[in-house]
Amino acid sequence: MATYTGLSAFWFSLIGLLWAGYFFLEGFDFGVGMVSPLVSRDDTDRRMCMNAVGPVWDGNEVWLLVAGGATFAAFPLWYGLLFQGAYLALFVVLLALIARGISFEFRGKFDDPRWRRVWDVAHFAGSLVAALIWGVAFTNFAHGLPLSAAGYTGGLIGLLNPLALLGGLAAVAVFAFHGSVFLALKTSGALMQRAERLARVAGGIAAVLLAAAVAGVAASGRPWQTLAGALPGAIPLILGVLAVIAVGSAVLLVIRGRDGLAFAGTGAAILLAMGAIFGSMYPAVIPASNGASLALTVGAAASHPYTLEVMTVVAAIFTPFVLCYQGWTYWVFRRRLQRPVAAAAPGASGG
Amino acid sequence: MALDLARWQFAIVTVFHFFFVPMTIGLAFLVAVMQTLALVRKDETWDRLSRFFGRIFLISLAVGVVSGIVLEFEFGLNWSAFSIFVGNIFGAPLAIEGLLAFFIESTFIGLWIFGRGRLSPGVHLATIWMVSVGTVLSAFFILAANAWMQHPVGYTVEGGQAVLTNFWAVLGNSTLWASFVHTVAAALATGGALVLGISIWRARRAPDDGERAAYRRATALACAVVLLTVVVTAISGDLQARLMDVQQPMKMAAAEALYNTQNGASFSLLTIGNLSGQPVFQIRVPHLLSLIADLSWNGQVVGINQMQAAEAARYGAGNYAPVLWLTYWSFRAMVGAGILMIGISAWGVWLWWRKRLTASRWFLRVGVAGVLLPIVANASGWIFTEAGRQPWIVYGLMQTARGVSTIGVGDVALTTAAFVAVYTVLAVLAVVLVLHAARHPLDEIGEPPEDSDLASATALVY
Repeated sequence: MATYTGLSAFWFSLIGLLWAGYFFLEGFDFGVGMVSPLVSRDDTDRRMCMNAVGPVWDGNEVWLLVAGGATFAAFPLWYGLLFQGAYLALFVVLLALIARGISFEFRGKFDDPRWRRVWDVAHFAGSLVAALIWGVAFTNFAHGLPLSAAGYTGGLIGLLNPLALLGGLAAVAVFAFHGSVFLALKTSGALMQRAERLARVAGGIAAVLLAAAVAGVAASGRPWQTLAGALPGAIPLILGVLAVIAVGSAVLLVIRGRDGLAFAGTGAAILLAMGAIFGSMYPAVIPASNGASLALTVGAAASHPYTLEVMTVVAAIFTPFVLCYQGWTYWVFRRRLQRPVAAAAPGASGG
Repeated sequence: MALDLARWQFAIVTVFHFFFVPMTIGLAFLVAVMQTLALVRKDETWDRLSRFFGRIFLISLAVGVVSGIVLEFEFGLNWSAFSIFVGNIFGAPLAIEGLLAFFIESTFIGLWIFGRGRLSPGVHLATIWMVSVGTVLSAFFILAANAWMQHPVGYTVEGGQAVLTNFWAVLGNSTLWASFVHTVAAALATGGALVLGISIWRARRAPDDGERAAYRRATALACAVVLLTVVVTAISGDLQARLMDVQQPMKMAAAEALYNTQNGASFSLLTIGNLSGQPVFQIRVPHLLSLIADLSWNGQVVGINQMQAAEAARYGAGNYAPVLWLTYWSFRAMVGAGILMIGISAWGVWLWWRKRLTASRWFLRVGVAGVLLPIVANASGWIFTEAGRQPWIVYGLMQTARGVSTIGVGDVALTTAAFVAVYTVLAVLAVVLVLHAARHPLDEIGEPPEDSDLASATALVY
């Protein structure tokens, strides 16, 4: 039984890592989508923003699909009860991801300014809405949901409580910061300078909102933390504080023009924040804000050990390959995008 | 009511997704073949063709990808009782599909789109082959999950959940291998039919002589691919029918609307009027059903009434027959479309042999219309196989009515309506964009992938 607990805890951590990886990678995709209208002066700028994440966004999004599939396989009750409970919230995220995902491929297919405008809006709105709802969702997971025996039944409105909305806005700001720094690293010239300037503002806002969200969650009761196996409450708090410090450091680094280090800072902030959230949830997979016994725990939700063993072997064999070829993609496309010589300077009509 | 809506929603989101999936699998393969011919033979015509069909491939891929995200979560949204029951087994191939197939597909497609001119030609060719491998792996693992719903193996039921006992049994499921060959062959045929329809049209209508010659070659390739793959589809389909006769005899009887057990059963090609034994008009082929189901002239095929009695005795009172008009007609739509595809592609191969591919006006017409045939066959094939399993969601283990989530009717109605609206828009846009791309002239030799001076400078592709 001890190894079984170990195995399910391992899969809980692995799913946490998949979500952390997803938000680290897709976080800058969302960020680029959100800040594109703010840093672009013409169509070529908007096009450069989209192409800055063009080769990698689809691979980044697969982290979400694998997180979903791994949850289904390793914790069927978590997968089943969470998504039926958070029904409309997940549905809104799916629509946002459809709008954003399709805009990449469709935008350039007609040479018409109105057509491109439609997909620019879809790209922006899809990125913003997905970031906001993911932030709302994970703040709720860290804080706990009011559960009944049938799981969460509070609907979309119940998820949109003030603390969760604060967390959602923090996610929007952190991703916007992360995306601005990414753009500063991947573009050049005036677009890069505007991305750097925006990064300072977004970073300042992100630091304040994230600090407030961490404080809000830390101040909440989290009754499931009395369950056996729970981490000491200080651990998620420390991780959360470190995430805020990482955002703050990244702001200072951007101001000094150290964009590469700043990106490491925003990335670390996302990973630390996800560590804080999953650390706060454990040993619950769906934590209850209204009583320790109502929480769905890792032990109760986990699949049979044989399934977990099979999945562990498969993951151990294939994950290194995935990391290698995804890493290779970033290496192949490591160069900054140059504004095309033939394109008119910003201010003139877009191409 | 929530149950009916959830079933409609699942049918809509999966059938829609599966309009694009086979096109993507088929076109990835064909584009890879064209690019290989270009590189191996140092032939610029194939290079131009691979770029042309690459554009169409990417449109289909984009819609397939975004509608695929929905499916990863659809089980949890609307079918959470099912998800909890099967997650131990069903979840594993889904997770492995993501780890093995989706990562390959999505990463290498980025490398293929943006890597042209940046990667060496050999490495760039390898990226499209990796995409093709990814699409086929993805088909394998999702079919492993589906095959388990059709024919559960390697499990026990423990504490209200199906528990995995033998992973190799799940991957070695006979149902899986038959449907894998059938589905992938049908997908290649779908890509082939699309290339065929567009190529024959351009081979006659393109303004430029060189372009018409290029499209004649693409038409010939497509005809050969369609002929070969539809024959494989038919053979594997026959294999599936024999497995179905043993594993899901009710579905076999429902395919035929065969009410009573018969030896040497005939196959009805067409029925007008009532399916329940009093048709107005019917065409029947003697002994064919026994041949399909049992591979013997006088083999016994069990009827719906007998199966109903047997299943009621085994599982308790209830209706164990699927909706017969749906199984009967979807089966015929699938088989009929397949036969027409064999006819069209064989005709094309013959015309090509006689060097008269573009001479026939009728071949142009049926070739273009033939693009719709695999789409009909793919959709009706899945409708048959899923509707034919009803009332079960997992055959023999869980009924569909018990698999649904605890959700409000309003929520399912709202999301279903929204999916219908969004998917209608996506479908219209996809068709418009494919038609637009099909009118695009072939790239000039040495021209950058997109028709813009931006591309050469910075590889701004989107």
